[in-house]
Amino acid sequence: MGAVAFGLARLNESSYVRSTDIPIEQPVPFSHEHHVRGLGIDCRNCHQTVEIAASAGIPPTHTCMSCHSQIWTTAEMLEPVRASYRENRPLEWNRVYDVPGFVYFNHAIHVNKGMGCTTCHGQIDTMPLVWKASSLTMEWCLDCHRQPEKFVRPRAEVFNSDYRPPANQLELGRKLVAEYKVQRLTDCYTCHR
Amino acid sequence: MSDTRYWRSLEDLAQTEEFRRAVEDEFPGRSPDWLEPVKRRDLLRLMGASMGLAGLTGCVSIQPQEKIVPYVRQPEDLVPGRPLFFATSMPMCGYGLGLLAESHEGRPTKVEGNHLHPSSLGATDAFAQASVLSLYDPDRSQAVMYRGQISEWPRFLGAMAGIRKQLLARGGAGLRILTEANSSPTFAWQMGFLLKDYPQMKWHIWEPAGSDGAFRASQAMFGRPLHPIYNIAAADVIFSLDADFLSSGPASVRYQREFADRRRVTDGQNNINRLYVAEPTLTPTGSKADHRLPIRASDIDSLARALAAAVGFASAPASTGDDARDSMVRAVAADLKAHAGRSLVIAGDGQPAPVHALAHAMNQALGNLGRTVQLTEPVQNAPQDVVQSLGDLVAAMRGGQVEALVIAGANPVYTAPANLSFADAMARVPFRAHLGLYQDETARLCHWHVPQAHYLEAWSDVRAHDGTASIIQPLIQPIWGGKSIHEFVTALTDFPDQRGYELVRNYWQTQRGGTGFEQFWRLAVHDGVVPDTAAAPLRVSANLAAIPPPESQSLPADQLELVFQPDPAVFDGRFANNAWLQEMPKYITKLTWDNAAYLSPRTAARLGLQSEDLVELTYQGRSVRAPVLIAPGQADNSVTVTLGYGRTRGGHIAQGVGFNAYALRTFERPGFGGGLQVRKVGRYPLALTQNHHALERAELVKRATLEHYREHPDFARHEHHPAFSIYPEYDYSKSYRWGMSIDQSVCTGCSACVLACVAENNVSVVGKPEVIRGREMHWLRIDTYFTGTPDNPEVVHQPMLCQHCEKAPCEPVCPVAATVHDSDGLSQMVYNRCVGTRYCSNNCPYKVRRFNFLLYADWDTESLYALRNPDVTVRSRGVMEKCSFCVQRIQRAKIDAELADRRVTDGEVVTACQAACPTRAIVFGDLNDPKSELMRLRRQPTSYGVLTELNTQPRIGYQAVITNPNKELVKA
Repeated sequence: MGAVAFGLARLNESSYVRSTDIPIEQPVPFSHEHHVRGLGIDCRNCHQTVEIAASAGIPPTHTCMSCHSQIWTTAEMLEPVRASYRENRPLEWNRVYDVPGFVYFNHAIHVNKGMGCTTCHGQIDTMPLVWKASSLTMEWCLDCHRQPEKFVRPRAEVFNSDYRPPANQLELGRKLVAEYKVQRLTDCYTCHR
Repeated sequence: MSDTRYWRSLEDLAQTEEFRRAVEDEFPGRSPDWLEPVKRRDLLRLMGASMGLAGLTGCVSIQPQEKIVPYVRQPEDLVPGRPLFFATSMPMCGYGLGLLAESHEGRPTKVEGNHLHPSSLGATDAFAQASVLSLYDPDRSQAVMYRGQISEWPRFLGAMAGIRKQLLARGGAGLRILTEANSSPTFAWQMGFLLKDYPQMKWHIWEPAGSDGAFRASQAMFGRPLHPIYNIAAADVIFSLDADFLSSGPASVRYQREFADRRRVTDGQNNINRLYVAEPTLTPTGSKADHRLPIRASDIDSLARALAAAVGFASAPASTGDDARDSMVRAVAADLKAHAGRSLVIAGDGQPAPVHALAHAMNQALGNLGRTVQLTEPVQNAPQDVVQSLGDLVAAMRGGQVEALVIAGANPVYTAPANLSFADAMARVPFRAHLGLYQDETARLCHWHVPQAHYLEAWSDVRAHDGTASIIQPLIQPIWGGKSIHEFVTALTDFPDQRGYELVRNYWQTQRGGTGFEQFWRLAVHDGVVPDTAAAPLRVSANLAAIPPPESQSLPADQLELVFQPDPAVFDGRFANNAWLQEMPKYITKLTWDNAAYLSPRTAARLGLQSEDLVELTYQGRSVRAPVLIAPGQADNSVTVTLGYGRTRGGHIAQGVGFNAYALRTFERPGFGGGLQVRKVGRYPLALTQNHHALERAELVKRATLEHYREHPDFARHEHHPAFSIYPEYDYSKSYRWGMSIDQSVCTGCSACVLACVAENNVSVVGKPEVIRGREMHWLRIDTYFTGTPDNPEVVHQPMLCQHCEKAPCEPVCPVAATVHDSDGLSQMVYNRCVGTRYCSNNCPYKVRRFNFLLYADWDTESLYALRNPDVTVRSRGVMEKCSFCVQRIQRAKIDAELADRRVTDGEVVTACQAACPTRAIVFGDLNDPKSELMRLRRQPTSYGVLTELNTQPRIGYQAVITNPNKELVKA
């Protein structure tokens, strides 16, 4: 019985159950690889509230059309975007990162404390379609909340998807944790309300 | 003071066995199986079951695929997940309460008071808090109806166009419009045009809780209907003649604030006011009285006359015929005279014209006019005697003079006095149209019914108690296609189907037109008040010779009278379908989900009645069956019933709850009257929360007179036992130490905080049977304690919520660590860890933990999804919950502060209960910040902790009650 329980527990943490590493189909095959790596567009151009609010912000159709009213204006692939704009009907994207209803995550505070996009979202600039790169288990969250020095990076590098942690990450991390006043928040109320 | 005995209820006073059981048993009404020792066989069976189920929890669950739906064009200033606040006003009985409505991506979820609004001053009442539930109420009217069949708005307009032709030809003769009290400047403007089109049309106003007495008295004394505004802050001595000015009426939120500001004894300031109240039923105002006289409503007239004589006018009898009353009258009169110009006499809305006239006369004689009472021109549109107005309408309908009746908002079939037989008279009208939030009793009997837009759905405007106009700004499109009153009456004009926004804007253009209009409009909408619209105070004097004689022969002392009052929860019935209000324990009685006939203990004993007896009340030839509730402080031989219950139409929640007191009400005496017969016919269970969650007897309440306080300012402080704990101390000095102060001296028990908590924290409603089992879910309750005799007790209100004890007894007993402390000292409740042992609740001495015995949250009704606060988890079955100190607000402030690299400042975190409190009794803050308002209050000598002898180290400090009795009366 113990073995069964252990097996189920392992299964629960598997990438199958956690839906990681599986590209999610979208109504428009938006490629972060093309827009970020290919064109060099900053994350914040579309995810505008990532520095000020809990939600990073999914761009309104208007943001897409600010470029695509000029370029690729007849591309068939973009017809749903144009239809959305024309008919004032929102696009419905499939959620990739889905924290449970009783978890209240805030992008702004993480980004401001030196937590890089790719730390949780993976090598987003290599993803033609986005997949989930982290398990989002509570254990995974706590790994950083207990030891932020393992992951924190200089604020200037937060949106840099080419950033690689240096060899002396722990040393740099401890320095940044002190400088940015990063707290080790493991109180339940930090995320659960 | 420690020898004073405080009691929660008559059962507590008598220490009945039932009450002791309630105190000792946290979860009454359990199956006896759980109380017996466990047998070996049962244990094995349960173990087997739990091991089988334990396997299931390991089963995998893949999250369902969710959608993200961004905007097409994102509105300016909108950040998803960050609420926006828009100024608006809630109209009620023709006056507005200024609000800031919280909008989450276009969904209003909560209202707060508007600091700029004169009636609100930043606070709200319970009705405003509950109004968001009414917005999403799935029982609201959702379609235009014609003769019981679903129709459409254009068809209604077509029908009205036909009627319009006939009416225009007759100059409007036969057209009657019936509205509720209304002060909308735009509506007055529209009605002006209508009266030009239809010069013979008549505009009737009916407001079931309106005051005909005040209107008639003002007509007599000043020759026209003037509107009184009280300056409670300037009054040292207040005498209330059956006036519940602290909890009812358009300015009650403001008056509570003004009263409270004159009631605090902080930082040595101890010049507090004195309040005398004479009333039949204990109200929040009576509960704050320094001297309260329980008196039949019928005897108020003679009391007022005796007081007037003692204050110094002739032509009034000098005695009430009762020695105790006479001595009170003498002492009160001396006190009023000693504070001439700084005193105030207020007459209640339920009292007839002579009492109002006497109050005017006394205020004039005492030099209070222009000081503590300002008189202005009426704020309401078409001011009229609402009772007479309805009577005239009924007479005209009966006489066949009414061709078309257009009812906008009112529900007269249900609310009209019974002896008018409104429904019968209305049946003679050939064309009847109704606008209403619900398909109610009146809608059913009208040919046409149009769904009304909720105030959060439509543009309008309204005046505050002092005349200040506000624009009512909608937060959402009408969910079910409702129409505003402005849009509805356009059906009678040449230009039907105009939009409310244009109408309101066009009216204000006529007032403040010109080049600056756009700026004016934007500012007025943004601020929620239109500048320079308050009514100007008048310099008038009353015609003392015009005081009307008593309205009826005085009632023999041994005869029963019947008093009608609006209900503290459902008011006149308009909120009957609001489950939050239905489940709100009514102040003082703590009755939920019902109304009752309140009897004094002595009268009940004389009639051989007990609480929860069902009686037949027979009054003026009509009868209804009502449950009895023995109410401490009720006047002898006075039976009070509240209106608004016993609905036959108007929603699932409203129907079949309570009894209909309107069925006894008469047109001639809508306030009260003698000649009541009471006959017991059975028993009827009531859902009373008074004895629920009763604390073990201890010094829970501290109270002293002002005189005692001046000599012993630190009377409330304990002789402290040295705090000793086996648990190690935690150092909170580096983080925040959240704490609260609650001032019992000013708390009136109005329950705005209770409903603010419900709205903010998605607290579930459980229904009457579950309330009877003690399973109500409110995180914040108001415990009412009485002291003295049951006939005329003194009252203390003690808001009780999680104390966030530093040594919380609930935490060590949790086997799964579902409730633990955080580094700021909050006692956290972690729903996803809780397995429902309820040990924590058993071990909480404050009894503030609530268990979801069933799935109380409504997860099925679609319209309610939008109501919930997205920042707070909706709890499921089998989970414990309790006050979190509004941790979602704390976290928001902490993140904002961290982003700006600073600490959270004092006043940045305002809990929902604190924001709603009209008296500012509740203050939240950081105990680590010596300069905070919280610490200023906690340093006061009157601050004490409840049950600190248990070494719980609560984070909430209560401030002791200070009363200011008149020495003359204490001696007597």
